[in-house]
Amino acid sequence: MSEHIVPVRVYITIFAVLLVGTALTVWAAFQDFPWQLNTIVAMTIAITKATFVVLYFMHVRYSARLIWVILAAALFWMGILFALTFSDYWTRNWISIGY
Amino acid sequence: MASHATTAPETHGHPALQHHFENMEQQREAGTLGMWVFLVTEIMFFGGMFLAYTLYRSLYPAAFASASNHLDITLGAVNTGVLILSSFTMAMAVYFTQVGKHRPQVLCLIMTLVLGLTFLGIKAKEYSDKYHDHLIPGRLIPGNPFNPVVAEHGDTDPHKLHLLEGATKEKVEMFYWIYFAMTGMHALHMIIGAGLLTYLIIFSLKLRFDPEYHSPVEVIGLYWHFVDIVWIFLFPLLYLLGRHLEHG
Repeated sequence: MSEHIVPVRVYITIFAVLLVGTALTVWAAFQDFPWQLNTIVAMTIAITKATFVVLYFMHVRYSARLIWVILAAALFWMGILFALTFSDYWTRNWISIGY
Repeated sequence: MASHATTAPETHGHPALQHHFENMEQQREAGTLGMWVFLVTEIMFFGGMFLAYTLYRSLYPAAFASASNHLDITLGAVNTGVLILSSFTMAMAVYFTQVGKHRPQVLCLIMTLVLGLTFLGIKAKEYSDKYHDHLIPGRLIPGNPFNPVVAEHGDTDPHKLHLLEGATKEKVEMFYWIYFAMTGMHALHMIIGAGLLTYLIIFSLKLRFDPEYHSPVEVIGLYWHFVDIVWIFLFPLLYLLGRHLEHG
Protein backbone atom coordinates (compact mmCIF):
# COMPACT_ATOMS: atom_id res chain seq x y z
CA MET A 1 0.00 0.00 0.00
CA SER A 2 1.30 3.42 -0.89
CA GLU A 3 -1.08 5.08 1.55
CA HIS A 4 0.67 7.70 3.67
CA ILE A 5 0.22 7.15 7.41
CA VAL A 6 0.42 10.41 9.34
CA PRO A 7 2.49 9.93 12.53
CA VAL A 8 0.77 10.31 15.91
CA ARG A 9 2.98 13.24 16.99
CA VAL A 10 1.67 15.24 13.98
CA TYR A 11 -1.92 14.63 15.10
CA ILE A 12 -1.06 15.67 18.67
CA THR A 13 0.69 18.83 17.43
CA ILE A 14 -2.31 19.82 15.27
CA PHE A 15 -4.66 19.15 18.19
CA ALA A 16 -2.57 21.46 20.42
CA VAL A 17 -2.46 24.15 17.70
CA LEU A 18 -6.27 24.02 17.39
CA LEU A 19 -6.76 24.41 21.15
CA VAL A 20 -4.31 27.34 21.29
CA GLY A 21 -6.12 28.91 18.32
CA THR A 22 -9.45 28.62 20.14
CA ALA A 23 -8.04 30.23 23.30
CA LEU A 24 -6.44 32.97 21.21
CA THR A 25 -9.66 33.81 19.35
CA VAL A 26 -11.63 34.06 22.62
CA TRP A 27 -8.95 36.33 24.10
CA ALA A 28 -8.82 38.49 20.94
CA ALA A 29 -12.61 38.89 20.95
CA PHE A 30 -12.47 40.92 24.18
CA GLN A 31 -9.74 43.29 22.93
CA ASP A 32 -11.02 46.47 21.36
CA PHE A 33 -8.95 46.64 18.17
CA PRO A 34 -9.35 49.64 15.86
CA TRP A 35 -11.32 49.61 12.60
CA GLN A 36 -12.50 46.11 11.50
CA LEU A 37 -9.47 44.36 12.98
CA ASN A 38 -11.54 42.27 15.43
CA THR A 39 -13.27 40.54 12.52
CA ILE A 40 -10.05 40.20 10.55
CA VAL A 41 -8.18 38.66 13.50
CA ALA A 42 -11.06 36.23 14.23
CA MET A 43 -11.28 35.14 10.59
CA THR A 44 -7.51 34.78 10.23
CA ILE A 45 -7.43 32.45 13.24
CA ALA A 46 -10.45 30.47 11.95
CA ILE A 47 -8.95 30.07 8.47
CA THR A 48 -5.61 28.98 9.97
CA LYS A 49 -7.36 26.37 12.15
CA ALA A 50 -9.43 25.11 9.21
CA THR A 51 -6.30 24.85 7.04
CA PHE A 52 -4.57 22.69 9.65
CA VAL A 53 -7.61 20.40 9.88
CA VAL A 54 -7.81 20.07 6.09
CA LEU A 55 -4.09 19.47 5.55
CA TYR A 56 -3.43 17.02 8.38
CA PHE A 57 -6.62 15.56 9.92
CA MET A 58 -8.13 15.24 6.44
CA HIS A 59 -4.79 14.14 4.91
CA VAL A 60 -5.01 16.57 1.98
CA ARG A 61 -1.31 17.36 2.29
CA TYR A 62 -0.56 13.74 1.38
CA SER A 63 -3.44 13.26 -1.07
CA ALA A 64 -3.58 13.04 -4.86
CA ARG A 65 -3.46 16.26 -6.90
CA LEU A 66 -7.04 15.67 -7.96
CA ILE A 67 -8.20 16.22 -4.36
CA TRP A 68 -6.37 19.58 -4.33
CA VAL A 69 -8.11 20.56 -7.58
CA ILE A 70 -11.55 19.62 -6.22
CA LEU A 71 -10.99 21.60 -3.02
CA ALA A 72 -9.67 24.61 -4.93
CA ALA A 73 -12.72 24.49 -7.21
CA ALA A 74 -15.04 24.54 -4.18
CA LEU A 75 -13.31 27.57 -2.69
CA PHE A 76 -13.26 29.31 -6.07
CA TRP A 77 -17.01 28.84 -6.52
CA MET A 78 -17.57 30.09 -2.98
CA GLY A 79 -15.57 33.17 -3.98
CA ILE A 80 -17.91 33.72 -6.95
CA LEU A 81 -20.95 33.38 -4.66
CA PHE A 82 -19.64 36.10 -2.34
CA ALA A 83 -18.08 38.37 -4.99
CA LEU A 84 -21.15 38.60 -7.22
CA THR A 85 -23.60 39.03 -4.34
CA PHE A 86 -21.58 41.79 -2.70
CA SER A 87 -20.82 43.56 -5.96
CA ASP A 88 -24.60 44.02 -6.04
CA TYR A 89 -25.32 44.93 -2.41
CA TRP A 90 -22.33 47.20 -1.87
CA THR A 91 -22.97 49.26 -4.99
CA ARG A 92 -26.74 49.75 -4.67
CA ASN A 93 -26.40 53.21 -3.11
CA TRP A 94 -23.89 54.50 -5.64
CA ILE A 95 -26.62 55.90 -7.88
CA SER A 96 -29.98 57.11 -6.57
CA ILE A 97 -32.55 55.72 -8.97
CA GLY A 98 -34.80 54.11 -6.38
CA TYR A 99 -35.41 50.40 -6.37
CA MET B 1 -4.06 8.01 -8.67
CA ALA B 2 -3.02 4.40 -8.81
CA SER B 3 -1.58 3.23 -12.09
CA HIS B 4 -2.80 0.00 -13.57
CA ALA B 5 0.69 -1.48 -13.67
CA THR B 6 1.22 -1.49 -9.91
CA THR B 7 -1.34 -4.11 -8.92
CA ALA B 8 -0.07 -5.30 -5.58
CA PRO B 9 -0.50 -9.08 -5.54
CA GLU B 10 -1.04 -9.24 -1.78
CA THR B 11 -4.09 -6.91 -1.98
CA HIS B 12 -5.66 -8.67 -4.96
CA GLY B 13 -8.20 -11.11 -3.62
CA HIS B 14 -9.23 -9.08 -0.54
CA PRO B 15 -12.88 -9.94 0.21
CA ALA B 16 -13.83 -6.23 0.21
CA LEU B 17 -12.41 -5.60 -3.30
CA GLN B 18 -15.20 -4.85 -5.79
CA HIS B 19 -14.84 -6.39 -9.25
CA HIS B 20 -14.72 -3.06 -11.12
CA PHE B 21 -11.54 -1.96 -9.33
CA GLU B 22 -8.02 -3.06 -10.21
CA ASN B 23 -6.85 -3.27 -6.61
CA MET B 24 -7.53 -2.07 -3.08
CA GLU B 25 -5.55 1.15 -3.50
CA GLN B 26 -7.52 2.22 -6.56
CA GLN B 27 -10.77 1.39 -4.76
CA ARG B 28 -9.74 3.40 -1.71
CA GLU B 29 -8.70 6.43 -3.75
CA ALA B 30 -11.94 6.35 -5.72
CA GLY B 31 -13.89 6.34 -2.44
CA THR B 32 -11.93 9.26 -1.01
CA LEU B 33 -12.39 11.20 -4.23
CA GLY B 34 -16.15 10.60 -4.16
CA MET B 35 -16.33 11.82 -0.56
CA TRP B 36 -14.49 15.02 -1.47
CA VAL B 37 -16.94 15.71 -4.29
CA PHE B 38 -19.76 15.31 -1.76
CA LEU B 39 -17.96 17.66 0.64
CA VAL B 40 -17.78 20.27 -2.15
CA THR B 41 -21.60 20.24 -2.31
CA GLU B 42 -21.59 20.62 1.48
CA ILE B 43 -19.25 23.62 1.26
CA MET B 44 -21.66 25.23 -1.21
CA PHE B 45 -24.65 24.38 1.02
CA PHE B 46 -23.16 25.98 4.13
CA GLY B 47 -21.63 28.69 1.91
CA GLY B 48 -25.11 30.02 1.15
CA MET B 49 -25.83 30.43 4.85
CA PHE B 50 -22.44 32.05 5.51
CA LEU B 51 -23.30 34.47 2.71
CA ALA B 52 -26.65 35.32 4.34
CA TYR B 53 -24.84 35.86 7.64
CA THR B 54 -22.18 38.14 6.09
CA LEU B 55 -24.77 40.15 4.22
CA TYR B 56 -27.11 40.79 7.16
CA ARG B 57 -24.24 41.47 9.50
CA SER B 58 -22.95 44.14 7.14
CA LEU B 59 -26.49 45.63 6.99
CA TYR B 60 -27.25 45.43 10.75
CA PRO B 61 -23.87 45.52 12.59
CA ALA B 62 -25.19 46.89 15.89
CA ALA B 63 -28.11 44.44 16.08
CA PHE B 64 -25.85 41.50 15.25
CA ALA B 65 -23.38 42.52 17.98
CA SER B 66 -26.23 42.94 20.52
CA ALA B 67 -27.76 39.56 19.66
CA SER B 68 -24.38 37.83 19.61
CA ASN B 69 -23.55 39.14 23.08
CA HIS B 70 -26.59 37.32 24.46
CA LEU B 71 -25.09 33.94 23.51
CA ASP B 72 -23.21 32.03 26.23
CA ILE B 73 -19.54 32.36 25.33
CA THR B 74 -18.44 29.72 27.89
CA LEU B 75 -20.75 27.04 26.47
CA GLY B 76 -19.69 27.99 22.94
CA ALA B 77 -15.98 27.80 23.77
CA VAL B 78 -16.35 24.49 25.66
CA ASN B 79 -18.24 23.06 22.69
CA THR B 80 -15.45 24.19 20.36
CA GLY B 81 -12.95 22.31 22.54
CA VAL B 82 -15.20 19.23 22.64
CA LEU B 83 -15.49 19.21 18.85
CA ILE B 84 -11.75 19.70 18.30
CA LEU B 85 -11.03 16.83 20.70
CA SER B 86 -13.54 14.65 18.83
CA SER B 87 -11.79 15.47 15.55
CA PHE B 88 -8.52 14.41 17.15
CA THR B 89 -9.95 11.08 18.37
CA MET B 90 -11.47 10.55 14.89
CA ALA B 91 -8.07 11.14 13.28
CA MET B 92 -6.56 8.68 15.77
CA ALA B 93 -9.26 6.11 14.93
CA VAL B 94 -8.20 6.32 11.27
CA TYR B 95 -4.56 5.98 12.33
CA PHE B 96 -5.17 2.89 14.49
CA THR B 97 -7.16 1.31 11.64
CA GLN B 98 -4.31 1.97 9.21
CA VAL B 99 -1.77 0.30 11.50
CA GLY B 100 -4.14 -2.54 12.38
CA LYS B 101 -4.57 -1.90 16.12
CA HIS B 102 -8.10 -3.06 16.68
CA ARG B 103 -8.78 -2.27 20.35
CA PRO B 104 -7.57 1.38 20.33
CA GLN B 105 -9.40 1.86 17.04
CA VAL B 106 -12.76 0.88 18.57
CA LEU B 107 -11.98 2.94 21.67
CA CYS B 108 -11.24 6.06 19.60
CA LEU B 109 -14.47 5.63 17.63
CA ILE B 110 -16.48 5.31 20.86
CA MET B 111 -14.76 8.40 22.30
CA THR B 112 -15.59 10.35 19.13
CA LEU B 113 -19.24 9.34 19.40
CA VAL B 114 -19.42 10.28 23.10
CA LEU B 115 -17.81 13.67 22.40
CA GLY B 116 -20.23 14.27 19.52
CA LEU B 117 -23.18 13.53 21.79
CA THR B 118 -21.68 15.82 24.47
CA PHE B 119 -21.60 18.62 21.91
CA LEU B 120 -25.26 18.03 21.07
CA GLY B 121 -26.17 17.99 24.77
CA ILE B 122 -24.50 21.36 25.38
CA LYS B 123 -26.18 22.72 22.23
CA ALA B 124 -29.56 21.55 23.54
CA LYS B 125 -28.89 23.43 26.80
CA GLU B 126 -28.17 26.60 24.81
CA TYR B 127 -31.34 26.20 22.73
CA SER B 128 -33.34 25.72 25.91
CA ASP B 129 -31.88 28.95 27.38
CA LYS B 130 -32.89 30.84 24.23
CA TYR B 131 -36.38 29.33 24.48
CA HIS B 132 -36.79 30.60 28.03
CA ASP B 133 -35.61 34.09 27.03
CA HIS B 134 -38.18 34.13 24.16
CA LEU B 135 -35.47 34.35 21.50
CA ILE B 136 -36.73 31.64 19.14
CA PRO B 137 -37.44 33.73 16.00
CA GLY B 138 -40.88 34.23 14.48
CA ARG B 139 -43.54 31.82 15.65
CA LEU B 140 -41.52 28.62 15.24
CA ILE B 141 -42.60 27.50 18.71
CA PRO B 142 -46.38 27.78 19.14
CA GLY B 143 -47.26 29.93 22.14
CA ASN B 144 -43.71 31.26 22.53
CA PRO B 145 -43.13 33.86 19.79
CA PHE B 146 -39.98 35.97 19.50
CA ASN B 147 -40.43 38.49 22.31
CA PRO B 148 -37.27 39.18 24.35
CA VAL B 149 -37.31 41.66 27.23
CA VAL B 150 -35.15 44.65 26.37
CA ALA B 151 -32.92 45.75 29.24
CA GLU B 152 -33.02 49.36 30.45
CA HIS B 153 -29.77 51.28 30.66
CA GLY B 154 -27.74 50.00 33.65
CA ASP B 155 -29.67 46.74 33.94
CA THR B 156 -27.23 43.82 33.76
CA ASP B 157 -29.71 40.92 33.75
CA PRO B 158 -28.14 38.44 31.28
CA HIS B 159 -31.59 37.07 30.32
CA LYS B 160 -32.62 40.43 28.92
CA LEU B 161 -31.61 41.76 25.53
CA HIS B 162 -29.02 44.53 25.73
CA LEU B 163 -29.40 46.65 22.61
CA LEU B 164 -26.44 48.65 21.39
CA GLU B 165 -27.10 51.97 19.68
CA GLY B 166 -28.79 51.44 16.31
CA ALA B 167 -30.09 47.95 17.14
CA THR B 168 -33.78 47.06 17.13
CA LYS B 169 -35.65 43.93 18.19
CA GLU B 170 -36.62 43.23 14.57
CA LYS B 171 -33.02 43.29 13.40
CA VAL B 172 -31.95 41.12 16.36
CA GLU B 173 -34.61 38.62 15.26
CA MET B 174 -32.84 38.39 11.87
CA PHE B 175 -29.66 37.34 13.69
CA TYR B 176 -31.58 34.60 15.50
CA TRP B 177 -33.10 33.29 12.25
CA ILE B 178 -29.57 32.92 10.89
CA TYR B 179 -28.22 31.59 14.21
CA PHE B 180 -30.83 28.83 14.41
CA ALA B 181 -30.59 27.98 10.70
CA MET B 182 -26.81 27.62 10.82
CA THR B 183 -26.39 25.92 14.20
CA GLY B 184 -29.49 23.81 13.49
CA MET B 185 -28.10 22.52 10.18
CA HIS B 186 -24.75 21.99 11.89
CA ALA B 187 -26.44 20.01 14.69
CA LEU B 188 -28.31 17.93 12.08
CA HIS B 189 -24.95 17.08 10.52
CA MET B 190 -23.68 16.10 13.97
CA ILE B 191 -26.71 13.81 14.49
CA ILE B 192 -26.07 12.16 11.10
CA GLY B 193 -22.38 11.88 12.05
CA ALA B 194 -23.34 10.17 15.32
CA GLY B 195 -25.37 7.64 13.31
CA LEU B 196 -22.42 7.02 10.98
CA LEU B 197 -20.11 6.56 13.97
CA THR B 198 -22.50 4.02 15.47
CA TYR B 199 -22.30 2.09 12.18
CA LEU B 200 -18.49 2.28 12.29
CA ILE B 201 -18.35 1.03 15.87
CA ILE B 202 -20.62 -1.94 15.12
CA PHE B 203 -18.65 -2.98 12.02
CA SER B 204 -15.34 -2.39 13.78
CA LEU B 205 -16.44 -4.80 16.50
CA LYS B 206 -17.19 -7.29 13.70
CA LEU B 207 -13.53 -6.85 12.56
CA ARG B 208 -14.66 -5.52 9.18
CA PHE B 209 -11.85 -2.96 8.82
CA ASP B 210 -8.12 -3.63 8.47
CA PRO B 211 -5.02 -1.86 7.06
CA GLU B 212 -6.03 -3.00 3.54
CA TYR B 213 -9.68 -2.01 3.73
CA HIS B 214 -10.81 0.96 5.83
CA SER B 215 -12.43 3.39 3.40
CA PRO B 216 -15.58 3.75 5.54
CA VAL B 217 -13.47 4.89 8.52
CA GLU B 218 -11.49 7.26 6.31
CA VAL B 219 -14.44 8.89 4.50
CA ILE B 220 -16.64 9.20 7.61
CA GLY B 221 -13.57 10.76 9.21
CA LEU B 222 -13.48 13.31 6.37
CA TYR B 223 -17.17 14.09 6.98
CA TRP B 224 -16.59 14.49 10.73
CA HIS B 225 -13.65 16.88 10.20
CA PHE B 226 -15.72 18.90 7.73
CA VAL B 227 -18.47 19.36 10.33
CA ASP B 228 -15.75 20.41 12.79
CA ILE B 229 -14.48 23.03 10.31
CA VAL B 230 -17.99 24.49 9.93
CA TRP B 231 -18.08 24.97 13.71
CA ILE B 232 -14.58 26.51 13.70
CA PHE B 233 -16.13 29.32 11.60
CA LEU B 234 -19.51 29.43 13.36
CA PHE B 235 -18.01 29.92 16.83
CA PRO B 236 -16.21 33.27 16.23
CA LEU B 237 -18.88 34.57 13.81
CA LEU B 238 -21.87 33.87 16.05
CA TYR B 239 -20.44 34.14 19.57
CA LEU B 240 -17.47 36.49 19.47
CA LEU B 241 -17.97 39.24 16.94
CA GLY B 242 -19.63 41.79 19.25
CA ARG B 243 -17.78 41.12 22.50
CA HIS B 244 -15.40 44.07 22.26
CA LEU B 245 -18.39 46.43 21.99
CA GLU B 246 -20.10 45.04 25.10
CA HIS B 247 -18.83 47.65 27.56
CA GLY B 248 -18.32 50.43 25.05
